[in-house]
Amino acid sequence: MRHLLDTRTLDRESALRILDVAEDMSDTQSREVKKLPTLRGKTVVNLFFEDSTRTRISFEAAAKRLSADVINFAAKGSSVSKGESLKDTAQTLQAMGADAVVIRHPASGAPQTLATSGWISAGVVNAGDGTHEHPTQALLDAFTIRKRRFGADSRGRDLAGIRVVIVGDVLHSRVARSNVWLLATLGAEVTLVAPPTLVPQNVSLWPAKVVYDLDQALADGPDAVMMLRIQLERMSAAYFPTEREYSRRWGLDALRVAGLPDGSIVMHPGPMNRGLEISSEAADSPRSTVLEQVTNGVSIRMAVLYLLLAGERDDERGGDQ
Amino acid sequence: MSETLVITGAQLLGAERADIIVENGQISEIGTGLSRSGARVIDADGLVALPGLVDLHTHLREPGYEASETILTGTRAAAAGGFTAVFAMPNTSPVADTAGVVEQELALGEAAGYATVQPIGAVTVGQKGERLAELGAMATSRAQVRVFSDDGFCVFDPLIMRRALEYVKSFDGVIAQHAQDPRLTEGAQMNEGTVSAELGLAGWPAVAEESIIARDVLLAEHVGSRLHVCHLSTAGSVDIIRWAKKRGVNVTAEVTPHHLLLTDELVRGYDARYKVNPPLRREEDVMAVREGLADGTIDIVATDHAPHPSEHKSCEWQAAANGMVGLESALRVVHQSMVQTGLIGWEDVARVMSAAPARIGRLSDHGLPLQAGAAAQITLYDPSAAGVFTESDLHGRSVNSPYLGRDLPGRVEFTIHRGLLTVDGGSVVEELNA
Repeated sequence: MRHLLDTRTLDRESALRILDVAEDMSDTQSREVKKLPTLRGKTVVNLFFEDSTRTRISFEAAAKRLSADVINFAAKGSSVSKGESLKDTAQTLQAMGADAVVIRHPASGAPQTLATSGWISAGVVNAGDGTHEHPTQALLDAFTIRKRRFGADSRGRDLAGIRVVIVGDVLHSRVARSNVWLLATLGAEVTLVAPPTLVPQNVSLWPAKVVYDLDQALADGPDAVMMLRIQLERMSAAYFPTEREYSRRWGLDALRVAGLPDGSIVMHPGPMNRGLEISSEAADSPRSTVLEQVTNGVSIRMAVLYLLLAGERDDERGGDQ
Repeated sequence: MSETLVITGAQLLGAERADIIVENGQISEIGTGLSRSGARVIDADGLVALPGLVDLHTHLREPGYEASETILTGTRAAAAGGFTAVFAMPNTSPVADTAGVVEQELALGEAAGYATVQPIGAVTVGQKGERLAELGAMATSRAQVRVFSDDGFCVFDPLIMRRALEYVKSFDGVIAQHAQDPRLTEGAQMNEGTVSAELGLAGWPAVAEESIIARDVLLAEHVGSRLHVCHLSTAGSVDIIRWAKKRGVNVTAEVTPHHLLLTDELVRGYDARYKVNPPLRREEDVMAVREGLADGTIDIVATDHAPHPSEHKSCEWQAAANGMVGLESALRVVHQSMVQTGLIGWEDVARVMSAAPARIGRLSDHGLPLQAGAAAQITLYDPSAAGVFTESDLHGRSVNSPYLGRDLPGRVEFTIHRGLLTVDGGSVVEELNA
């Protein structure tokens, strides 16, 4: 794997490879000594143009458990905010000898620009770009669904026939986009639930069904319900009238959770707005996978860094892309 | 005194091949077997003779943004593309909203000599959309401004738009509107549709253009004024213009070469060379604007030539500037999208790229049929040539062209501005011998 920029172009085989390697990584994490020597001597840069402590420390933990050297470059509040361009930042990292760059950026497409510009030879991992994609989040979500469903028997399996409902601000959600593509690639049936104002104007080409009524979607007894975080500033742009109305119509409250079939799980990428998109009853119930998602995130990111830096690289094989 | 030119065997529009004599800045004779002793002979065998092209929508960036383009470099690019006149949009620094700025632009154009530079005046002071600029002062200045536009910014306030349309009637002016509802396009990055949904880029919906055009044609009808719609880009906009023309509204419309050829699918790689305003639209829109241009609903092709330095394009999509350079490629793109597709012929090309823009902008010595007595503005084009478009085809100061690396037909062999060769054998003339 040369880069991980999106799940839109990730094929089934590559996705399963990442999930299966993550299973191996996960196994090592239950040992007393969690650290592996695999990436000794490699340098991973966490290049974060947006604050995201959770994602950044997850990547940092993943890299360190593989013995890579980690440089955290919080570009927000640094020279970048004084006008340094992405190009100059990238060339600086290149000059320092970065082997992989994990980039979080508020502009959609910035990781792709970084990867295809020729400014840098390092592998690029998209850790969330604008409202485009967040591929490692979708991978850890798929991993979590698979693990809950198949347990120790997960390796090699896809998500054929599994029904996933994704609820919330789809329009602005990179998590939703990455999940739609990945889950569909793995055979799951995806239903998006949102106020019509928070669905992109034309999703006719997405492999997902769109409904506006949460209760209707839940009545079908989905295997997983994934709640998206609502950004409170959305209200000022007239996407929905009030917090209270949103919560009433699209929030996962105690009553809605109680109506789910046995075995259905409740997911959230975090950080949660308790009482808005998700009630405490839902977040703290045994159905909730919120903390498993955090744990699995480290395994997924270990797998991605491993495949990027220790695996065979397409370009070194002579390049078939 | 300029050199006498004898152009032999040029293909005239709707006529036989003929020779053309250019003397003293004018076409003095058209016929066969012509010669002049001591004259420069130009072999135009196989070349189509077009009236010099006129671009109603160019950004020359001077004064204020000389790192992107100057009037000299921009008119050299124009000449390379076969243009003999360009209308300069007013979004300079300072904004061209006073007689002083438009007269300065006019003077710099005269000094450069590569093409006639006709300034466009801003509609409102500073293009802010609040107060009318001194339109009359610009109209009666030496620049004789007839086209007014806040291009880049829509004149959004309906009352200001109404007043502007009314006011310019007193000097036969026209308001050229950049139709974009600012509220519906806040933060917009690309056409709103299937591709924007996937890329997670904020959408620029077709309705934000169409609703302004609909309002403006109704306003123009109500006050009996002349309206020009800049760079329309959607199928719905074509329908509205068609409807308005049928009602007798005095409206003209333009389309850019890039909206005749490129679609929003190109945005997928986040390559900011494809970032432009209005944005690249869907395939259906491209087909609709081609049809509109062919049936006369759309009057002209204009480039919206918009140079930017590389640092404004070599960056994240969201941080990149809108705009593409287009003067050097315009005729070749129209050739590919409209002529090679059989939608129009070379006479129509002369109409939409020369006669009609000159008429809309009230430029009297351009856009006329090639005939004895007319000012010598001539473009000689080789329709049988073809080649990959590269940076060596660009002659301005910026290289933000979406066509680099593309095969385009045709080649501008000679451009003659006021009787002077500005392009000679496909190369821009370095020293004009005026």
